Amino acid sequence: MSGRGRSVALGLAHRQMTTLIKNPSLLFPPMLFPLMNFLAFAGGLSRLRHVPGFNYPGGYTAFQFVFVLLQSAAFGGVFMGFGIARDFENGFARRLLVAAPNRSGLIAGYALGALFRWSMVAAMLTIVALVAGMQIGGNGIDIFGLYGLAVIVNVVGILWASGIAMRFRTVQAAPLMQTPVFMLLFLAPVYVPLSLLQGWIHTVAKANPFTLLLEEGRGLLAGAPLHTASAFLIAFGLVGFFLVWSLRGLRSAERAG
Amino acid sequence: MTLLLNQIGRIAWRSVIRTARQPAAVIPPLTFPLMLMAVNSNGLRAATHLPGFPTKSFLDFFLPFSFIQGALFAATTAGTDLARDVDTGFLNRLALTPMRGAALLLGELGGAVALGALQAFVYLGVGLAFGVHFVTGIGGMATLLLLAILIALGWAAVGVLLALRAGTGEKVQSQFPLLFFLVFISSMNLPRNLIEVSWFRDLATINPVSYLIEGLRTLIIEGWNAQALALGFGVAILMILGALGGASIALNSRMERT
Repeated sequence: MSGRGRSVALGLAHRQMTTLIKNPSLLFPPMLFPLMNFLAFAGGLSRLRHVPGFNYPGGYTAFQFVFVLLQSAAFGGVFMGFGIARDFENGFARRLLVAAPNRSGLIAGYALGALFRWSMVAAMLTIVALVAGMQIGGNGIDIFGLYGLAVIVNVVGILWASGIAMRFRTVQAAPLMQTPVFMLLFLAPVYVPLSLLQGWIHTVAKANPFTLLLEEGRGLLAGAPLHTASAFLIAFGLVGFFLVWSLRGLRSAERAG
Repeated sequence: MTLLLNQIGRIAWRSVIRTARQPAAVIPPLTFPLMLMAVNSNGLRAATHLPGFPTKSFLDFFLPFSFIQGALFAATTAGTDLARDVDTGFLNRLALTPMRGAALLLGELGGAVALGALQAFVYLGVGLAFGVHFVTGIGGMATLLLLAILIALGWAAVGVLLALRAGTGEKVQSQFPLLFFLVFISSMNLPRNLIEVSWFRDLATINPVSYLIEGLRTLIIEGWNAQALALGFGVAILMILGALGGASIALNSRMERT
């Protein structure tokens, strides 16, 4: 990215962070939902580890932690998409388009803002999981890999949502940003390992790229990664695909004026 | 009395029409619980292998949660709509008319109850189409619909209470995660006796939402369990009375302010 693009990105990211810090109402709901999910899944469903064939070594809390961490990362990006749509509705984004010397920097700025917001959610979630007795089997590199994977999922989430927000330029497009992500996440082995899913959901989960990321995240946390290279390859592939999607969305917004 | 009923009817009709005119308020509450039902009833099917699980079909077990979730969405609609009335000054203008507070409160619930009833029929129809079996037969289905509509009314009354206390749609929306939290910390995914983590089981036991879910669930998988039904209907009725009582106080205080 050029120097001008970097300054646009950093300026916008700074604005997003300031807005977030000054408005706790924007910070707490995204924080509350992953925590609720984590408590409901890890607390309410832990008996599932006794289902014959459930063989995850890290325990059910760790098993669910990885899903909720990746879910919060994806939705952290989607929530920023809502912010972009709001910026278009109130005219701020149009002024940004006029003022920015390098408009691609806008996407990077929003992405940095999303990353900042999600990093607070991730920190809170990790603390709660550790207090709840989550077992960590992986070493430092494995854990770095897990959080690296989550950062990439966050970037994919914001690239997807920004593409929608810039094409539709209204908050009414929020369900369009949210629902496909929700479906992708929940059509993966959320509650039990893939081998225990039966019927159509097993077929769908097997074909779902998020399944590989989720299973690898769980493997990294337990210290038993299986297909790290494939998972990161898919993750970076998704970033590349949705970067093009987001940039084309930006062009669409530019054309709309 | 006739005048009061007439006033309730007019406000309720306005509420029904307003809800029906907002696709964003009708479609997600109808479709989202169905999507979650499709995903969870398959994703959690393995839970039926747990010793002591009360049924072989997780769909049978999970269907009642859709009614609760749909009712919660309907409550969001009721709360946000009333908050908009407060916000736009409609309530102030209404205060200048002979409209009685009770008529306003009961009428405002009309849209949410209509939506709740529609949802209940849709969820039941979809459940039956995908093989849900009622051990209590047709009588059980009718009872389930009645309880589901009462639950929708109860949540809608909570929505109205929140709207009158908060006064803006944004504040109402921001309080709904807390209601979702109540739903999540319940026996929605597993029977309470199979919840392993003791603090979660204790919270689910003191959480009234568990009894709403269990009241609906017993009609599908267990039979005419008088205790579960009494608790389900009792909690729903208490919720309606408590929330409407609170809303009535909040309405008086809001009217004084205007």
